[in-house]
Amino acid sequence: MIPELGHFSLILALAVALVQGTLPLVGASRGDLRLMALGRTAALTQAFLVLLAFGALTQAYVTSDFSVLNVVDNSHSAKPLLYKISGVWGNHEGSMLLWALILALFGAAVAVFGNNLPDTLRSRVLAIQALIGVGFLAFLLFTSNPFQRVFPAPPDGNGLNPLLQDPGLAFHPPLLYLGYVGFSVTYAFAVAALLEGRVDAAWARWVRPWALAAWCFLTLGIALGSWWAYYILGWGGFWFWDPVENASLMPWLAGTALLHSAIVVEKRDALKSWTVLLALLAFSLSLLGTFLVRSGVLTSVHAFAQDPARGMFILAFLLFVTGGGLALYAWRAPQLQGGGLFQPVSREGALILNNLLLCTLAATVLLGTLYPLFLDLLTGNKVSVGPPFFNATFVPLCAPLFAALCVGPFLGWKRAELWPALMRLRVALVVSLAAIVVAMTMIDSRSTLAALAFGFGVWLIVGSLASLTDRVRSGTLRTLPRSTLGMVIAHASLGVVVLGSVATSSWNTELMHTMKPGDRIDFAGYSVQLERMDEVRGPNYIAERATLAVSVGGKPYTVLQPERRLFTVQRRQVAETAIQTNGLRDFYATLGEGNPQQGWVIRLYLNPLAPWIWLGAALCALGGFVSLSDRRLRIGAPSRKPALQPAE
Amino acid sequence: MRRLLFILPLLTLALMAGFFAWSLTSGRDPASIGSVVVGRPAPKLDLPALRPGEPPLTDADLRTGKPVIVNFFASWCTPCLAEHPLFTRLREREGATIVGIAWKNKRDDALPWLKRLGDPFKLAGLDLDGKTGLDWGLSGVPETYLIDGTGIVRRHYRGPITERDLNETILPFLKGAVK
Amino acid sequence: MIGARRLFFMFLSPLGERLGEGVRRPLTLPLPLAGERSLKALCCVLLLLFTLPALAVEPSEILPDPALETRAREIGRALRCVVCQNQSIDDSSAEVARDMRRAVRERLTAGDSDGDVFAYMVARYGDYVLLKPPFKAGTLILWLGAPFLLLVAGAALLLAARRRRHTPIAAPKPLDEEERRRLDALLKG
Repeated sequence: MIPELGHFSLILALAVALVQGTLPLVGASRGDLRLMALGRTAALTQAFLVLLAFGALTQAYVTSDFSVLNVVDNSHSAKPLLYKISGVWGNHEGSMLLWALILALFGAAVAVFGNNLPDTLRSRVLAIQALIGVGFLAFLLFTSNPFQRVFPAPPDGNGLNPLLQDPGLAFHPPLLYLGYVGFSVTYAFAVAALLEGRVDAAWARWVRPWALAAWCFLTLGIALGSWWAYYILGWGGFWFWDPVENASLMPWLAGTALLHSAIVVEKRDALKSWTVLLALLAFSLSLLGTFLVRSGVLTSVHAFAQDPARGMFILAFLLFVTGGGLALYAWRAPQLQGGGLFQPVSREGALILNNLLLCTLAATVLLGTLYPLFLDLLTGNKVSVGPPFFNATFVPLCAPLFAALCVGPFLGWKRAELWPALMRLRVALVVSLAAIVVAMTMIDSRSTLAALAFGFGVWLIVGSLASLTDRVRSGTLRTLPRSTLGMVIAHASLGVVVLGSVATSSWNTELMHTMKPGDRIDFAGYSVQLERMDEVRGPNYIAERATLAVSVGGKPYTVLQPERRLFTVQRRQVAETAIQTNGLRDFYATLGEGNPQQGWVIRLYLNPLAPWIWLGAALCALGGFVSLSDRRLRIGAPSRKPALQPAE
Repeated sequence: MRRLLFILPLLTLALMAGFFAWSLTSGRDPASIGSVVVGRPAPKLDLPALRPGEPPLTDADLRTGKPVIVNFFASWCTPCLAEHPLFTRLREREGATIVGIAWKNKRDDALPWLKRLGDPFKLAGLDLDGKTGLDWGLSGVPETYLIDGTGIVRRHYRGPITERDLNETILPFLKGAVK
Repeated sequence: MIGARRLFFMFLSPLGERLGEGVRRPLTLPLPLAGERSLKALCCVLLLLFTLPALAVEPSEILPDPALETRAREIGRALRCVVCQNQSIDDSSAEVARDMRRAVRERLTAGDSDGDVFAYMVARYGDYVLLKPPFKAGTLILWLGAPFLLLVAGAALLLAARRRRHTPIAAPKPLDEEERRRLDALLKG
């Protein structure tokens, strides 16, 4: 009964979305206030209905209702509750429902917090948001119905992919979707602005919090996914340039560019059509990622290639949304008049350089991801584009970006001098040069590039903090605007990420050894003994567990217990790495294959600064949230509401 | 000119979408890795015989003036079971020359397997360490190569051959219709 | 069509039989980072393919000479495991990846240069085996596309900036009669 209710409310939501996507548009063009007001009610109703549907599916999962096909395919009664819930979005249908839910919630958030928007703009934004919703809801209902029943109901389900039964991965999709879908709001704002033919400082100020919120969630989502890959895949890598990762990186890069160009629109009334384009692209790239991952055109995702009709539907939808937006852009954007003039060396100039480089980075990722497909179709030649390619193309482009990143904030608007800005950064410059020298002489003399990259990390941190020195000196740090503070945090955190990734990928130590219980080996100053091997039983798996006693100088230091889990339902093995971190390095151990006669393969890694990668990413998102709480973004919000919080 | 700049994003999208639609409708297999041995002389072959008492396999066995089918198999490979009857049929009905190579398979495992299922191979070799497989650009088992009388590889099937492969390419090849 | 059938065979290995428990070695990594993992499909495919995603270089493979081993690892990271999804032979425990690692070490021990080893692999598996595509006519756009865009856009922006510098910002239009009257009124009032 409840699944049918869910299905029914999904159908109702589609109907409501259709109304929300049309009448307010008519209202906005005719100036009919009643039709415009409809958008708000419809947005709230739609969100409620999709929430109901989502709740119904969750209920089916939690109670293990195996008369629902989706539950049978992706759940099992013996699964822990957390993974029963995360199983809802651990599959195609459920994750599309989550998309639709987040989309509807963002729509409702615009309806609730958009009081400061002019009526026409708000109703247009809501209508466009609803039109996107129509696409997703129709996709769900016509090709991917999560509520399909199965008769007779099997006694138990097939279980969830063991790799997904992990706390990191349980929350990774929702965060990522909050990011992807969050950009639908900036898309809607861009289309609405093109329809109205007006892009001004006020528009930029309205768009910014939404872009910022989406960007923060996307940052967290990507970081969580990377962390998961780091500890579950078992060899200490954290980014693999896989098409699926690239699909999430492209909207992030475009979103980052958008955040920066929107500042120019807001402060200087320039870069308007460019910013509108970025607002369209950030969401378009999110959709492109979805298409690539679900349509089966690329290998990384070819496991999804079950249904070409599904791929065609997403492609048609992608064309409709992106093509519609870009066609409108081609038609209306040339009329947008640029405002403020500026010299190449100025804050505006620096932000343009930022945009130029970020977009080149995004283009590199896009080209690298799609090139094998293009070449194969055109010539039949097969090529692989993997990490070494991106290390050779993407990473060098980061250098000018990072170099300029610290200088930009010291440049004034309109016209600035480079030299005084550099003078104020002299301490940062000296410190980072010193870091390079230290890295070269004390850590690893062979890799000049790693040392250079390390220096860039230090430059980012010190150079970003340098913009606070004047405030500290004059004692006015407390009056620092939140947006500036957020910027400093985000910029510096990028340095933390750089330090972490450079150190862990260039200066890690590893050792693999076949060990029997009782064996002892020395590893990077630690003494590691395999004390014993145990068989353990989990709720839905059995595991081999190694107990490794680590000691330093004869004194016990820590105990690591890596496992190999065999999930009984799927008959699949998953490695469970053991990581001991002290914040400065990870002691990382995995258990390989083995048996009592020959011993077990034990792999040990010492990954310096590895935790900083995710610490930095979290700080980066924190910077975004701090900036989001800036007073400036709340202007116009009713005084009773504490803050404009678009990201509910 | 300025106008064109604003149309550029749309054009890029159209181009990309064209490729995607092409890819979706062409039946292209994204996992296909292609093969570089096709059209070239067969890689070197120098293997001990699988069946005791037979002479080792050499390059000369592939240059007899008659088409040869080379099949890499293993007793531990389930799909090999599926294609096996097709080779038996090729041998019995068409009199095809089939060279079987047991890949990463112990003789003690491969021989009983052939005994159980029937042995369609005129010649059989043993590639215990997979080195020959590597020379042939093998990605796993089963894989099958069609080699013409002059020793040039004409076709390379990755994965089990099917009834359709048999009718559409292998039989015409044996009759000399496929070059 | 090949795709479907490949899935069935390529990831089985002799080990399964030896251990007699149907254990199959991993071939592929799963999509390491994905929001979008529909996993119904993934499940049925990966179920067959892949068990433990662990690092694949094994202690027994390591060369006694650390310098050679370092080179082997670097080459291994740049060669694709041909039956895997975007995974290097160093990271894969597929049978064919193991053979390739062994071949790399043999070639290095025999005195081959890094370039020789790559050429050896390309002769057998084509450019597909290189995770960094070679720079040639077919990959020109891949390698130069984005930098070219950067150069063109950068040059266009600089040109535009220069042109702007040469056109003086137009002097404000003098006030007309009506405006002057209003200004006076404001100043007085």
